Amino acid sequence: MSNEYSPSELLICLSSRVMEDGTTAFIGTGIPMLAASLAQAMHAPNLVPVFEFGGTGAILEKLPLAVGDMRTYNKGIAASGICDIMETSQRGFIEFGFLGGAQIDKYGNLNSTVIGDHKNPKVRLPGSGGANDVGSACWRTIAIMIHDKRRFVEKIDFLTTPGYLTGPGSREKAGLPSNTGPYRVVTNLCTMGYDDDTKTMKLLSVNPGVTVEQVIENTGFELHLADKITSNDPPTDEELRILREDVDPDGLYR
Amino acid sequence: MNQHSNCIPIVAKGEASLIQPVDMEAFREHNRKKSKALIDKTMTDEEAIERFVNSGDYIGFELYGTVRCPMSLTRALVRSGKTDFKIVGQGVHELDLLFAADMVKEIDFTYIGLEVYGISGNMRRRVESGSVTKVVEWSNAALTWRFKAASMGIPFIPTRSMLGTDTFNKSSAIAVECPFTGKNVALLPALIVDTAFIHVSRADKHGNCQIDGISGFAFEMSRACKNLVISTEEIVDTAEIREHPDKTIIPYYLVDAVVHAPYASWPGEMSGMYERDEPHYKMFVEKQKTQEGMNEYMKEWLYDIPDHKALLEKIGQKHLTELNL
Repeated sequence: MSNEYSPSELLICLSSRVMEDGTTAFIGTGIPMLAASLAQAMHAPNLVPVFEFGGTGAILEKLPLAVGDMRTYNKGIAASGICDIMETSQRGFIEFGFLGGAQIDKYGNLNSTVIGDHKNPKVRLPGSGGANDVGSACWRTIAIMIHDKRRFVEKIDFLTTPGYLTGPGSREKAGLPSNTGPYRVVTNLCTMGYDDDTKTMKLLSVNPGVTVEQVIENTGFELHLADKITSNDPPTDEELRILREDVDPDGLYR
Repeated sequence: MNQHSNCIPIVAKGEASLIQPVDMEAFREHNRKKSKALIDKTMTDEEAIERFVNSGDYIGFELYGTVRCPMSLTRALVRSGKTDFKIVGQGVHELDLLFAADMVKEIDFTYIGLEVYGISGNMRRRVESGSVTKVVEWSNAALTWRFKAASMGIPFIPTRSMLGTDTFNKSSAIAVECPFTGKNVALLPALIVDTAFIHVSRADKHGNCQIDGISGFAFEMSRACKNLVISTEEIVDTAEIREHPDKTIIPYYLVDAVVHAPYASWPGEMSGMYERDEPHYKMFVEKQKTQEGMNEYMKEWLYDIPDHKALLEKIGQKHLTELNL
């Protein structure tokens, strides 16, 4: 098998590795679905994927195309409704939540609502959907992003989904559940976490062939650097084989 | 004197006025008057739209993505010429058709898009041009919990979503200090729609409805509307409903109209019955990118077709059978 891989395949593999076995993960459309499916096949057979419209514990054999489609409860343990899932999350049962957006700031706040002014938008985006709920109530959220200066900005146009809001203590002050918030940002360049004292983004590891300078150049705000910045391993042959043969045989995300 | 014993402090208020004001007494009176008689409520899509929808109403569709969509009713609504609707979305294919026909004035907005296929061109054109005059933001859970509050017969429900965000600031929610815990909670106003549209797996002629697969927010919305119009893949005898009463999500007395509409979710899917028509959907995704393309799509797949039966004939039995699971 060729060792070549696409940026999407790298993002999927890195996101997959973040998922832990024997826990719950709120899965949205797209890359998180593939990452969860890959994680189930690799290291997390007992990962419980939860989809917002009611699918719980699916075995992700075929790639879902919608957060409510039949594949989101394929051989699942329950098929309920949106209230059950959102309430399960609100009372603390869901560990990981996956998010994306058009813009992210240093506190991990995300915008998926509007570019420009809300009243007179330059681009009207799809809106919160379940993202605000995932960002409010899941214990640890992971943002999956394309890394450039248009997306990693000092100030987002609209705060759709809460990260650490304005810094330490601000989530709790707003009324959001304690000890929750952003955990990782996985991008095509690197993996980031958050600085404990300031709750702002911190570079942890870079992707194969990527330099720290490149990450800094493509980030529109000041980034903390971990004391020791490591390198992410490229996708293994086994990851790529499972991804291409089983998870996404039609190559929708290649 | 302890101030907190006398008032619950408001800590933040969303800027938007309520699109649909809350009146629980009127809702109770409406529900009291609603007929509980076991009558035959079957009718056509067109009759249901004629009888239960007026221009300017607040309407809602229960669906998620392209799954279990009441599309036969949506198309009949577009063809009816009624307009200026207030809507609640969660919207994918059905709202695209309403936007294309420029029928939407105000939106309680959570997600309107094409999921893996990206942003809705129809929604963008109408919202960015100002043709939609009011957009109020919510999260998915918030809108469903607003239905839940109405379903419970209470005027609002406290939750922990939306707090600290612009989603809250551009909503009609109110944050207060919780009188029990002292922490802030977001109060979401109940939402009662004038007419709701829900597509189900099977129903009897009275309107007892069962849904296979996940039930989305059918339970909540069916209890949070003044009029409820059902379309169903199958009409079954009441005896069959009574065989599996545990499967009944919507009892008949909530329902005003029952439309027999097999493959109504097309080009979307129906749990256990048929898959999404991916080639058609991809074609639609291309067409909706421009107004011209969307006009062509609307002409061919909506305006030039008189009703759902004619649509199924155009799609063809062979193609429909291929979609069956």
